[in-house]
Amino acid sequence: MTETTGLWHLLMGNLSYDALPFYSPIATVGASIVVLGALGTAVLITWLGKWKYLWSEWLTSLDHKRIGIMYIVLALLMLSRGVIEAVMMRTQQALAIQSPGYLPPDHFGQLFSTHGTIMIFFVAMPFLTGLINFVMPQQIGARDVRFPLLNAISLWLTVAGAALVMVSLVLGKFSTGGWSGYPPYTESAYQPGVGPDYWIWVLTLSSIGSTLTGLNFAVTIYKERAPGMRFFRLPLFTWTALCTSILMIFAMPPLTVATALLALDRYLDMHFFTNALGGNMMNYANLFWLFGHPEVYILILPAFGVFSSVFSTFSAKRLYGYKSLVYATMAIAVLSFTVWLHHFFTMGQSPSINAAFGIATMLIGIPTGVKIYDWMLTLYRGRVRFSVSLLYSLMFMLLFVIGGLTGILLATPPVDFVVHNTVFLVAHFHNMLIPGMLFGMLAGYQFWFPKAFGFRLDETWGRIGAACWGLGFVLAFMPLYVTGLEGMPRRSQEIFQPQFAPYLLLAELGGLIILAGLFSLFVQLWVSIRRRDHNRVPVGDPWDGRSLEWANPAPPPEYNFFTLPQVEDRDAFTWMKERGVAYLPAQHYEDIEMPRNSATAVAIGVAALLSAFGLVWHIWWMAVVGLGAAWAAVIVRSFVRDTMRTIPASEVEQAHRGWLREIAATRAVSRDEEMSAGNVGLAESAS
Amino acid sequence: MVRDRISLRSLPQLLCVIGGLVLVLASAGCALQGNGFLNPVGPTAEAERQLFFEVTALTLIVVVPVLVLTPWIVWRYRRGNKQSAYRPKWEFSWPLEILAWGVPVLIVIALGLLLWNRTLRLDPYRPLSAALPPVEIQVVGLDWKWLFIYPRQGIATLNELVIPVGRPVHLTLTSDTVMQSFMVPNLAGQVYAMAAMKSQLNLQADRAGEFLGENTQYNGKGFQKQKFRTRAVSEQDFSRWLEHVQETGKRLDCDQYAGLMKQTLVPKPVHYARAEAGLFEWVVKKYQTEPSPACQSLTGESARD
Repeated sequence: MTETTGLWHLLMGNLSYDALPFYSPIATVGASIVVLGALGTAVLITWLGKWKYLWSEWLTSLDHKRIGIMYIVLALLMLSRGVIEAVMMRTQQALAIQSPGYLPPDHFGQLFSTHGTIMIFFVAMPFLTGLINFVMPQQIGARDVRFPLLNAISLWLTVAGAALVMVSLVLGKFSTGGWSGYPPYTESAYQPGVGPDYWIWVLTLSSIGSTLTGLNFAVTIYKERAPGMRFFRLPLFTWTALCTSILMIFAMPPLTVATALLALDRYLDMHFFTNALGGNMMNYANLFWLFGHPEVYILILPAFGVFSSVFSTFSAKRLYGYKSLVYATMAIAVLSFTVWLHHFFTMGQSPSINAAFGIATMLIGIPTGVKIYDWMLTLYRGRVRFSVSLLYSLMFMLLFVIGGLTGILLATPPVDFVVHNTVFLVAHFHNMLIPGMLFGMLAGYQFWFPKAFGFRLDETWGRIGAACWGLGFVLAFMPLYVTGLEGMPRRSQEIFQPQFAPYLLLAELGGLIILAGLFSLFVQLWVSIRRRDHNRVPVGDPWDGRSLEWANPAPPPEYNFFTLPQVEDRDAFTWMKERGVAYLPAQHYEDIEMPRNSATAVAIGVAALLSAFGLVWHIWWMAVVGLGAAWAAVIVRSFVRDTMRTIPASEVEQAHRGWLREIAATRAVSRDEEMSAGNVGLAESAS
Repeated sequence: MVRDRISLRSLPQLLCVIGGLVLVLASAGCALQGNGFLNPVGPTAEAERQLFFEVTALTLIVVVPVLVLTPWIVWRYRRGNKQSAYRPKWEFSWPLEILAWGVPVLIVIALGLLLWNRTLRLDPYRPLSAALPPVEIQVVGLDWKWLFIYPRQGIATLNELVIPVGRPVHLTLTSDTVMQSFMVPNLAGQVYAMAAMKSQLNLQADRAGEFLGENTQYNGKGFQKQKFRTRAVSEQDFSRWLEHVQETGKRLDCDQYAGLMKQTLVPKPVHYARAEAGLFEWVVKKYQTEPSPACQSLTGESARD
């Protein structure tokens, strides 16, 4: 990086011509795609004349459902980048057997760092946050989350983080320190450029957003439940949302602290994690994994919640062992804080410490095993329907236990000594995150999509997508277990063992099939939108659902429920349908207060992005102005008194009666017709 | 109904493909005969391999029922099969509950005992033999190479670790750069090397041969090439090799060492006849004290011990 001086430095910090990606054709292409993609989207929106619609209906919306959908849009966009990066790395390893391949080492280092960072913080986190946002308030019979504006602020901080990762593709180079950013390698002595700074501020934005999300969700579940919704009547997805939120509250701050201390090292020459002057990177490892391990349960628990809903709905049966599943979820949440040291068994601590943390890790296997058995027993004596959601869930069951097996192996310190830092570990955590986390999210996406948009997703493309993801995963990662056992280190840009070639070629094929799976998701969306008139489910209950989110129209009104439901049972909606009280007009309707739109969150997001960008490039005025603007937005907002708007009771009643009239004119369908055009979202009772 | 038939035809096929692949890969893995701990040459890797299989076997007790019963359950209780029982309200059974918690609990107790016992026994810091004195070797992780100092013999090598067969070897490791992780998979598991700190590893080779050694912790653009050759040779060959190095090798003094601290790759192993005594201690100390001592001052002093 060239030093900038004088007025330029004052205005533009360290930004210079060198920051542009013309040093390598691959980087230039990547940057061009980002720039052209952004410009193309802007042109398209202008051409369609949709800026106003986008601004007033979506970007400034405080509706939890729309915020949830925007989170998921972000997750799918970033998933595309993450998968493309994965395929680039797979291709490099397939080509680079005793040959340098096509990616230089430095570029390869950036790729595995952005891939990990993006997949965790901008795919997995937004996906689960989006699903919880959309589903949880409806499941508990609430009109919105407790703090709608805070919800939007979380979203826009996350978007700012994602935008900063995208900017890093165009200006400057990203860190090569991996998603965990271990110092001293990420200290300025070893990476003087902007890479680790990008990584630090990207994570900071995202982790603050997630902390606020956790607070918001937890308070919502505590305070906003409909009458009769006792804790032991909460749908399991809401339970997992609660445990995940609590984990977010306690686990995200250590990350924020770890990256902040690293920033102090890099910006102010402090010595928290440096080699010399009393710095100790072991402290970083502890702080990071104090976040990092609960984080994997933040990711997996909501997926467990989705599977619980899917298994019970598509076997048309009550969830087996509800309380057991709740206790198991809570046990996992608590235990997740007691195992972080297993990420560095090889750091030379005493064997009794390793053994204690190893056993603690294995303990998590107990509640996880119980969950798997409880889901099997949910399917047992059911009437299983092989929907796309259920296919994802079944693939999860079969593949996740293999990941569990390798997890137990990694939890055994002496075994960990030989497979730690190898691709065996890479295969293990992808085994947990793809069949576990991602399949859960995709199952949930297929499951709740009709509720969000009022039409079902195309079944055929859904199946093709599921098959591609399943097969692609197996091909891409099972070979890595083998080469990992043979000692192949992770993050290798070049491979020197020719005998690995067939495995790496298989993995490459798997990567391409996963890419096809991703493509299928988008084709499915496209096909479904084009055929939406054949797949509409306006009544709102396409799967004979069991919990409250199916008790309202699809898409639901802004205020979710015409009248707040009275909950009498765990499967609240099934209970209503069985008693014929699901679709009755209310005695009387009330005015409903809903939050007005607000540009505050967008302003905070933009200001935070500017501030972070300024910090990355040492453009100090921009950093200060950005931070000041974010706080100013908060202060300005606090003077706004008129934050709510009232929807009059008459309007609510009219909408409700209209919906009920539609239902009266609708034929209820049996589950055999679930996928036919005749299913408009009214389920035959006791089918 | 049409939907059911399509899906049910494709599902078992998919499962078979997945299962088949797993088996093929697993069996192929055993035939790889490579550099991994599955082909152990020393007692540590041997014990680690045994533990690997024991833990796998025990865990399969909870895994196999899932792999077998899940496809069976969804097949038998598919919506198309009207013969099977349907209990939409059934949600709990004490015997099954006890089984669901009990089996994992028992397995984890068994695994926990095994883990405790073996973790203490296979502690990398624990000497391998009380009777035989180990060969002492100091290891310095550098960008992107490994320096091995034989303090008793006064020699050093770069990117080549030579050890006598049948004798325990005690390694003391540190790093003169970012964190690295040292592993010779055929002999023993890995341990981190960190600046300002010393870690330890005990290993032993039971037969002669050449093994791959590597750094597994990413440390920059030369990382993938940071490999070294480990040669296990007979006692006689070891003595002969020591003599050979002492006669022909270069001198490793503070100036030479300063060159090694640069980020470089070493194409071929280098041998040093005379390594500055106390070099290793200096590498550790220089990060511990402020201001850092000069190389000469410390290596000169500790030459006495």
